[in-house]
Amino acid sequence: MTARAFTGENGDEDVTIKILFCGVCHSDLHVAKNEWGFTNYPVVPGHEMVGTVMKVGSDVKKFKVGERVGVGVIVGSCKKCESCQQDLENYCPQTIFTYNSHYTDGTKTYGGYSDMIVVDERYVLRFPDNLPLEGGAPLLCAGITVYSPMKYYGMTEPGKHLGVAGLGGLGHVAVKMGKAFGLKVTVISSSPKKETEAIERLGADSFLVTSDPAKMKAALGTMDYIIDTVSAVHPLLPLLSLLKLNGKLVTVGLPDKPLELPIFPLVLGRKLVGGSDIGGMKETQEMLDFCAKHGIAADVEVIQMDYINTAMERLAKSDVRYRFVIDVASSLSQ
Amino acid sequence: MAKSPEQEHPQAAFGWAARDPSGLLSPFKFSRRTTGEKDVKFKVFFCGICHSDLHSVRNEWGFSTYPLVPGHEIVGEVVEVGSKVEKFKAGDKVGVGCLVGSCGSCDSCHDQLENYCPKMILTYGAMYHDGTMTHGGYSNMMVVDEHFAIKFPQNMPLDAGAPLLCAGITVYSPMKFFGLDHPGIHLGLVGLGGLGHVAVKFAKAMGVKVTVISSSPGKREEALQRLGADAFLISSDTNQVQAAMGTMDGIIDTVSAVHPILPLIGLLKQNGKLVLVGAPDRPLELPVFPLIFGRKIVAGSCIGGIQETQEMIDFAAKHKITADIEVISIDYVNTAMDRLAKGDVKYRFVIDIGNTLKEA
Repeated sequence: MTARAFTGENGDEDVTIKILFCGVCHSDLHVAKNEWGFTNYPVVPGHEMVGTVMKVGSDVKKFKVGERVGVGVIVGSCKKCESCQQDLENYCPQTIFTYNSHYTDGTKTYGGYSDMIVVDERYVLRFPDNLPLEGGAPLLCAGITVYSPMKYYGMTEPGKHLGVAGLGGLGHVAVKMGKAFGLKVTVISSSPKKETEAIERLGADSFLVTSDPAKMKAALGTMDYIIDTVSAVHPLLPLLSLLKLNGKLVTVGLPDKPLELPIFPLVLGRKLVGGSDIGGMKETQEMLDFCAKHGIAADVEVIQMDYINTAMERLAKSDVRYRFVIDVASSLSQ
Repeated sequence: MAKSPEQEHPQAAFGWAARDPSGLLSPFKFSRRTTGEKDVKFKVFFCGICHSDLHSVRNEWGFSTYPLVPGHEIVGEVVEVGSKVEKFKAGDKVGVGCLVGSCGSCDSCHDQLENYCPKMILTYGAMYHDGTMTHGGYSNMMVVDEHFAIKFPQNMPLDAGAPLLCAGITVYSPMKFFGLDHPGIHLGLVGLGGLGHVAVKFAKAMGVKVTVISSSPGKREEALQRLGADAFLISSDTNQVQAAMGTMDGIIDTVSAVHPILPLIGLLKQNGKLVLVGAPDRPLELPVFPLIFGRKIVAGSCIGGIQETQEMIDFAAKHKITADIEVISIDYVNTAMDRLAKGDVKYRFVIDIGNTLKEA
């Protein structure tokens, strides 16, 4: 990845933002390496950005110059369909993604590994004052990606038991949110060395190593829901077995091949496997405000832009606690 | 030394059983327990042949023990009731489905979900509370705990109502649980067999729009003209499937063979639900992207609790819904099993036990 320059004009409903920080999401890596097969090079990744407003269009109502704002995974949608009307821009068939996508005029979208961006105000988030910029940036993708299904699938009843599979960028935020909802939280991981972190620093109630048969057996049928953040191909049967009757396994990771789904456990326990994809703009704002209220931010390692390629290699090996965040403002100058 | 089936219990009984995984059924003498204070004893008139009977006699799921008397769509007439029985008296028509026992004390049992009790006792091939094997409805009489006996509605034909006790509840329960049971809903039904054809009838009675999804073009006219489905779609016809993408609120999948679910997920609207009630013996491939991009779910469901089974039978009686059946004599049962394996029945065989099962 190399530095690129980009300028855009500010329309009536647009906001021009000077980018201060941008989180490095695993999707950035997938797209940079064309692992999903639809990358359109050159691509400027980055969809977890925070910055300050430099300019507002004449019809902009929500923002003023100088305000702290965030931009997440989408920068446009049709605004007319049923999904858009229900504040579910993320399910609009014409969603425009922050990078590797196209505006209706055919121009490409470029993401947050850059010094500035121009976005329609509808897709800009107000960044709460008491959220740290670096720790708050990853919430714009990682945060909403776990918050939205937790609300939609009803994973917010205090006292219920949530399993979080995978302790990475998404997983660690899910643990914090789960505790804020009053849930009992068990981290389900293939890495035994993450146990101390998970319990002592992140506040999880327990930790389950998938390769420990005795512990897995003891945990059978104990969880009301599981958020599966793992993006590699992995077996679902052990996770399904951990669920109680009517349990829900919600997957938000994007493996590049289909998974194996054993049917008997679904049928015999009336269990379900569901998906979820980021969240709409209204819900993303709600999530940010929720995190500000509960003091939830991501655990980050701040890097300079010229470290990005090394960061990507480390990310591919999950060698980060738990998100890299690029200090764009200090490391990317014109 | 283990007692023989005839000596195990005090009341003599006879039926047809499979002796080995060939699945061939033949006359079998055995016995039933004493009619206890909470038990109902009844003579069997009819028993439906469920595809599970076929899977079981041929040990296709790998846990069959022989000799095995199948049958869990059983209808008959009460001949004796225990001293504490309240719901039945001699002469009542009664039905028994897939369950004859459960623990009675777990959360599932307390929630009327005996079908999800970890200790549920199946009508055949399972161990009863007394340690003996349960035997099903391909037999002349049965003794059942009144909790697990279904009151059979007066106006429902016994033969055509029998299959509802498994096929009926297996589709009715998920239609209710997953909210696919009211006007405005568009429901897809995969497979037009014992379960599928009953599901069409239930759905129409609930005011639901129904599309049958099948691999057999020959079933189109049946589905549309006779069963009342609103549309029919061939699963292998990519044009038809494409045209129906994103149109269904839910799909109930009754197919028990391994099959691709990607096209089915595509047929669902956003937030749509694919519910599997057939249980293939190997895992299916789950494409994750379409679930995520449409916030869709894949779920399972297993028969229903006893209270819900009673509710389903009463609903069917009210709407004059019964199964479409081919009544056979017990001597035809092995041929029927072969035909069932090829899907050659419209849509359930029902054994006329009362008239054709004679003691050997």
